[in-house]
Order: sequence, then structure tokens, then C-alpha cells
Amino acid sequence: MRVNGDDVECAFSPSKTLLEVVREDLGLTGTKHGCEMGHCGACTVLVDGVPVLSCLELAVETQGDITTVEGLAQDGEMHPVQAAFAECGAAQCGYCTPGFLMSAAALLDAAGGKALTQPEIGEALAGNLCRCTGYTKIVEAVVLANRRMMEHDRV
Amino acid sequence: MSERDLRQVSTATNPDIDAAGFTTDAQVSSIEIAAPATPAGKPEGFSVVGKSTPKVNSFAAVTGAAIFADDVILPRMLFGKMLRSTKPHARLVKVDCSRALALPGVVAGATGADLPVRYGILPSSPDETVFAYDTVRYVGDPIAAVVADDELTAEEALDLIDVAYEPLPTIMTIEAALRDDLPQIHPNPRRKNNVHKEVHLEFGDMDAGFAAADHVFEDEYFFEGNTHAPMEEHSVVAAFGADSKLTIWASTQTPHYLHRIAAQVLEMPASRIRVIAPPVGGGFGGKTEPFAHELAAAYLARKTGRPVKITLTRQEVFYAHRGRHPVKMRIKTGVKRDGSITACHLQTWLDGGAYGSYGVATTYYTGALATVTYKIPAYKFDGCRVFTNKPPCGPKRGHGTTQPRFAFECHLDAIADALGIDAADYRKRIAVDPNSTTVNGLRITSCGLRECIDAATKRTGYAVKRARKRKGKGIGIAASTYLCGAGLAIYWNAMPHSGAIVKVDRGGGVTVFCGTSECGQGAEHMLAAIVAETLGVDVMDVRVCSGDTDLTPVDLGSYSSRVTFMAGNAARQAAVRVRSQIASVAGEKLGVTADRIGFALRRVFDVGRPERAMTFLEAAQAAEAKFGTIAGVGSYAPPPGIAGDFKGSGVGPSPAYSYSACVAEVDVDLETGAVTVEKITLAHDVGRAINPDSVEGQIEGGVYMGLGEALMEEQIFRAGEHKIPNLLDYKTPTILDMPPVESILIETDDAEGPFGAKEAGQGPLNPVIPAIANAIADAIGARVYSTPVTPEKVLKALDAASGGVLRLRKPAPAVKPLEPVAP
Repeated sequence: MRVNGDDVECAFSPSKTLLEVVREDLGLTGTKHGCEMGHCGACTVLVDGVPVLSCLELAVETQGDITTVEGLAQDGEMHPVQAAFAECGAAQCGYCTPGFLMSAAALLDAAGGKALTQPEIGEALAGNLCRCTGYTKIVEAVVLANRRMMEHDRV
Repeated sequence: MSERDLRQVSTATNPDIDAAGFTTDAQVSSIEIAAPATPAGKPEGFSVVGKSTPKVNSFAAVTGAAIFADDVILPRMLFGKMLRSTKPHARLVKVDCSRALALPGVVAGATGADLPVRYGILPSSPDETVFAYDTVRYVGDPIAAVVADDELTAEEALDLIDVAYEPLPTIMTIEAALRDDLPQIHPNPRRKNNVHKEVHLEFGDMDAGFAAADHVFEDEYFFEGNTHAPMEEHSVVAAFGADSKLTIWASTQTPHYLHRIAAQVLEMPASRIRVIAPPVGGGFGGKTEPFAHELAAAYLARKTGRPVKITLTRQEVFYAHRGRHPVKMRIKTGVKRDGSITACHLQTWLDGGAYGSYGVATTYYTGALATVTYKIPAYKFDGCRVFTNKPPCGPKRGHGTTQPRFAFECHLDAIADALGIDAADYRKRIAVDPNSTTVNGLRITSCGLRECIDAATKRTGYAVKRARKRKGKGIGIAASTYLCGAGLAIYWNAMPHSGAIVKVDRGGGVTVFCGTSECGQGAEHMLAAIVAETLGVDVMDVRVCSGDTDLTPVDLGSYSSRVTFMAGNAARQAAVRVRSQIASVAGEKLGVTADRIGFALRRVFDVGRPERAMTFLEAAQAAEAKFGTIAGVGSYAPPPGIAGDFKGSGVGPSPAYSYSACVAEVDVDLETGAVTVEKITLAHDVGRAINPDSVEGQIEGGVYMGLGEALMEEQIFRAGEHKIPNLLDYKTPTILDMPPVESILIETDDAEGPFGAKEAGQGPLNPVIPAIANAIADAIGARVYSTPVTPEKVLKALDAASGGVLRLRKPAPAVKPLEPVAP
């Protein structure tokens, strides 16, 4: 498997979900579970840059580069959306946060230098549930990260 | 908050640069700095309090580094699973684990006989055992547990436990619970029905009050039950050491109460038990009492000598519940022509579910805070909680006050309408005054209720919108109040409610130790900010050690919105004691008296001549050289004289109350009954915002949760079973359902709050639900008397208002099902 840029070898039961392998066999506990039925989005990881509900995916069937929240930062620097989440207070208890970060990072990275609209942000994050924030500061954080990434692209 | 200075991030991540952009301690003393001329303690001198900064724990949250209970992984750890009742009410005839224990990989099991000690979060209702012993009382009631080398084996083993039930009649409603001819869920020889608790209180002259009234209004409301549904499923890890000491990591808002009850149930000294509360992935009141799985894990860890983890599934979280009670309410209010209340009689019936939980307190809370919002000179309260065969109800954000708040605020709108008074003006007219005492003996100090109403109505252009009737468009207002911590502990004792230790190390770092549980509300940041402000250091210089019964002084827990007020005051006192030690040495070095020493920007200085300064580090080292280790302890207990003197006066008093006003704007589709909330504006009297961003976050979260309760969330049952125990069918608002929220912070600078602060965690939820209900009533010219306000109820209300001729057409003809499409 290729996880967060590293090739890793890992033996696990074929019945295990990607969520279980990531958390239990690879020790990447940043990825969370909130239902294990694909309802809440807490377990979202990226496979080749696309958000995937890792609780519904068998690990043996997963093909592609897997990114978890631990792999979002590059060269010791947080992804702009991580910094924005911290700054805006978009994480309260922080439990749904890794899932939101992955969904948001996929959206932001795919947007390139383009400005995202509120409906685009809403649609991309509608599969992630949060019980603390009322989503308000999460949207603010994604908007802020989007703006910074656009400014960065211009420079 | 839309614009942000980039530098704020780098500030927080780089401890060498403080908030004002100054350089490191080592260099500070050689630079001339115009430090604030007033010492911290005066508002104009604040350098941390009142500033929005990233929370000290947010960096762990956004990198996946935060370790929640289920992230704790220990060598040789076993995994446990709970067998739960499939019957709502039955005698338990047989529980036999022998086939399960024979399954390879299964290490041990436990049943009711192993843990017979009865317990309950309230000493007045110890009606639970870890496992059902002879009776199961709801679908989901724990019966047994097994531990195995892996989770799948444990789950498989549950199927091999042989259970025999003898079904009993099922009691699922308040009405059934009040009947005399059904079996008792908990045997009680003093009654024939399933009443758990009755409360009857009367204050002032009710007869004279109603006699003096020009009008009497009477209404009935129903608030449906709902649940917290925190994103984190409850989890526990327990490990028993060779030293016979037990350590429990649990997703709990109340490590201290788990500590006490674990000692009782496991029958071992509390001194041998350590409870650690890692960050909690959302609580909202749902993790404020010891749970069966926590005690089962501890027992099985002791039995096997190996660490045990039990993490609930989402379905089990719905069974663990302890959420919002369904409450039926009847209110009768007498008013003068000008609207002033002459007397009020409130009756509540609470559907408590199968066990006591916090229910006795909840029952009192449905009546306790009515008088803290509006002037009521004569007040009568009758509360009644019943047992039913459903998951036990308990405290959810707003604990017992949310339901009557919905009823009372709807009731007030009806009164205002009948008297021809504007609903907002009416509330201002009857609002309580600061520094007053209620008829039931509760002490009110700071109160910004009128300011909240003014701010929320002005910001929304309420008066204009309310006057302009547009079909399907509505605007509504509601106000509320909440505690800043319960005035009494759950078990009677004379000790403080919160304790803290502040320690300064030789590197200038500061650590605050406090038993609080961080469940996302910002408890850790609050502690760091209060200590940083007091000692004049950067908030990131402060490390917070919380929620560990071995390492931290007791804090009773994250409930009743008590942490900022109580733990904040304890931390403030501890920090002040450290500060005075350092000030006395700094005074000697700088040649001034200690009372002239100020602390800010990592400097200790003469407030009269701020250029005469030393660094905090130099001052702390000088203090250590003189006094030895620099540390201070602090504690907080509510002051006497905040409650009346009668049986039941223990529920309701608080050292301060927060106030809120909410304006909701809605659009109702008159054809479908669908409600769209277009905007929520909420003004909240928070005393003082320690971190305004965090307060806004609490308001937005409260609005969100209120929105869900108002429109969609309901814990409902069919044939004794939870109908929708999953996050798909139990509807919660998604990001697409969330309206814009405008938060307005009103600061009344409470005289007893730390730096003037009051609560923000629960209060802002309460007015949201009635504000939405009142806006819907404004939009459709009819009222829905129960939550959630679903499209069906809206259409029925419209139908009733129109005399039953307009709506509820015949069902549409059945549509022929489509042919299945080949995949």
C-alpha cells in the first residue's frame, strides 16, 4: 500500500475495512469512526486525491495513493486548510475534524486557483456531520484557505 | 470574522514571538517597550482575555494528533463487547455464557451476578447495575460482556450467550406509566404506578395572584425527546497494573464522578483508581455519568490482568442515550392588561426512560429557571417524572430547562398577541432586573437580558419585519437564561467544586493542572488564557494538564456550564498566588512595592514606570531562588446565600446566570409545510468573552443543535424498539441545512466571574427552538404546539386554522412502480 507518500507493507485479514487497517494496523489513529455505516463522514480519507469513506471500503480492494490526516502536512508545513481550521476555531471537539479536513482538502486542491462558491463548499462537505460547530466556522475556514491558496498561486 | 492577520498563526505556532510581535524573553529586557500602563485585572490592560486566538489544543485537533479514548492502544489489549437486551421489558430467566467462553480467542466474560452493586449518578436514585440482574428494562439494556483477543471474536461470542426472557407488559408512554394496573419497572411499594419523582413547590400568593389578573392564559405543549449524538462513540480503555492499581481512560465529561462510582461498584479504594479523561469527541451532556461499559471494562481488566477496550457502536450510543426527556407541559399564567405577570402555574410530566440517571435533577430543572428570566411574583410548579421502557433520559445541553423554555416562550407570544403588545417589547417589559432575587429565592446578579433583546431586534430590523406580514415569511423572538454552574455538587459535601494548581518552571513555562474535561467547549484554552492573563505570559506558554484524577485537583466536570466560572476562578486564584510570589521578588529587584508590579507581554514591570522591567523568566527564577518551587493552588466554591431555604432548593441556584435573546427568520412553504430557517441572530450575555471566537463557536453550535431539535431531531420508538438508531435516519442538520448565524456578544462584566466571564455552552441553545417556533407561527398564522415542527405538523396547524377545509388533500394516486433496471 502507498500511504501518505510511503510504501508500507502490511498483513491484515481480508475482511478488514480500510478504516480498520489505517487505524489498527498502521497506527494512524487520526482517522476517526462515527458510525461505520457511511453516514457521518468522520472516516474520510483520500484515495488518489478523491474523498473515500474508509469504513465502507475493504482495504484489500483499495487501489491508489492513500492520504490520511497525518499526511496532509507537507515538509513540516500544515496544509492551508489545517491552518485555517485552527485559526478560525473550526475544530471544537476535533473528532469530525480529520474527515472534514480531507473532504475540504480534496475540494481545495481540485479547485486549483479558482474561487469556490458557498454551494460548492456546501455540496462537498454535506456528507460530513459535525455536532459542535454548526458548520459556520468550518465554512469560514474553507473560504479562508481557498483565498490563501489563490493568493499563493498568484505569487 | 472574515479577515485574519496571517501573523496570528505564526504567533501561536512560534512561542518565541508573542502576540504583539515582540521578540524573545532573552532580548526583551534590552529593548525599550511601552508596556500597558495598567496591570492586568483592569479591562483596558488585558492582553490575552478578550482576544480571539487559536485555541491551545487546536493544533492537535487539525493534525490528527489528538488522542481520544478509542485511540489509546496498549500491549496485550483485549476487546470487549456488550450483550444487550432485545426485549423492552422482561424477566431475565437465564444468562449462560459457557458456550461463548469456549470460543477460541475469548478470554473472559461477566454477567449481572459478577457486579451486583447498585449505583446511580445521583445518590438519591441508585437504580442501575452494570448488567441487568433479574429484569431488563429497555431494548439495549446491558446483560453481559465478553472480552477477546480481537473485536470480531468478541462480537461472534455474543451470539453464543444463551439468554431466556419472560416478557412483561411494555410501558412506552407517560400516560401508560401513570396507570395503576401495569407492572412497575422499578418496584416501589409506596406507589402503584411508574412515577419516579414528584415535585410540588409553591412560592408567593397564588390565589391573590390569579385574583388580581385581568386575563388568564392556559396552554399545553409537548417537547419530543432527542439525543446528543456526539460524533465520538463512547469508548473506554481500562488497565490493571501489577501494583493493583487501575487506570481508566474514558470519553467522559465527569472523570471525578466516574472515579467515585468505579470505586463503589468495583469495591476497591478510590486511591487505587486513576481516571483519565482524554479529549472527548463531543459530549453535550451525554457523557456526564458513569456507563455500564466503563465499569465492565474496568472489572474485566482486573479479572484478566490485561488491558480492556470497549467502544460502543453507533447503535449502542443511541441506547446509552441519557438525552433530552420528552416533556408534556401545561402552563397557566395570569396577567394584568399591561402584560405584567401576576401568577404562573407550570406543570411538567417527564418521560424518563428506564432508569433514574439525572432525572430527579431534570424534574426540578423543568421548573427552576422560569423565574430567573421574567418577573413572576407568585409561582407554582408541579413536576412528575415517570419510568418507561426506553433508553434512560438524562441531561442534554440545557438540561431540563430547554423544554419549558420552548413552552413558556411560545406561551408569552400568545399572551403578547392577545394583549396587542409586540413580542419583543413584552419580553423587555417583564424581564428580571440585575441584582434582584426571584420569588423562589434565587439570586440574580449581572443580567443583560434587555440589552440582548435590544441588540438582536436592532440587528435584524425586527420591528419592521414583524409588522410587514408576508405570506409564508415569519420572524420570531425568544429569550432565555442559563446557569453558570450548578450551585450544589451532585453528592452533598462541603469541599470546593473546582481546584487548580499553577506551576512555573525554570524555563518560564507555566503549567496549570485542573480536573476539567475538554469536550470541545474550549476548557483548556480558557484555563490557559486566564493563567496567561494573570501572569502576563503568552497563552501558548501555558501547558494545560486536565482530566486526570491522579495529577489534577478535582473539578466536578463539564456539566451545568460550570467550567469557565468555577474552574476559571480556581485557576485564577492559583495564578494570582503565583503572581504575588513573583511580584514580591520583582518589587525588591525593581525597588518598588509588590502592589506596583504589573505583568504583561512576558515582562514584569513597575506600573508607574513601565520601562523599569525584568523578563518574566528572570522574575520567576529570582522567585524560585527565594521561595523554592513556584506553585500556587486555587479553588472555587459557590458563595452562600444564592438559594432559597426549602426542600428542592438545591436545583436552580448558580453563582451567576447568562442571558440570551434569539431572533429567527423563516420561510414556510404553505403547500408542503417545509420550513427553511433563513437566518438566526443571537445575542448572548456572556459576562466577558475570554476568547470571543470560542464564544461565537458555542453560540453557533447552540443554534445548530437548537435548529435540529426545532425541526427534525426526535428519539422515537415503535413496538418497544428505537425506530431509528443510526445517523442516517436520526436526522441532524447538515452543512446545507444551516442558516447564516449572527452572534452578538453582550458583556456585563460579572462581579464574581473570572475576569467577569459567564457561560456560553448551553444558554444560547435554549431560545433558538421557541424563536423558530414563534417565527413559524408568525409566518403561517397558526401554531404548532410540539417539537419537532415537521412539515406534517405545519400542514395540520394550517388545516386546523382554516377550519379543516384548505389542506390535507386526499393522498395522491399510487404510482406504478418502475420496472427494475438492469445494473
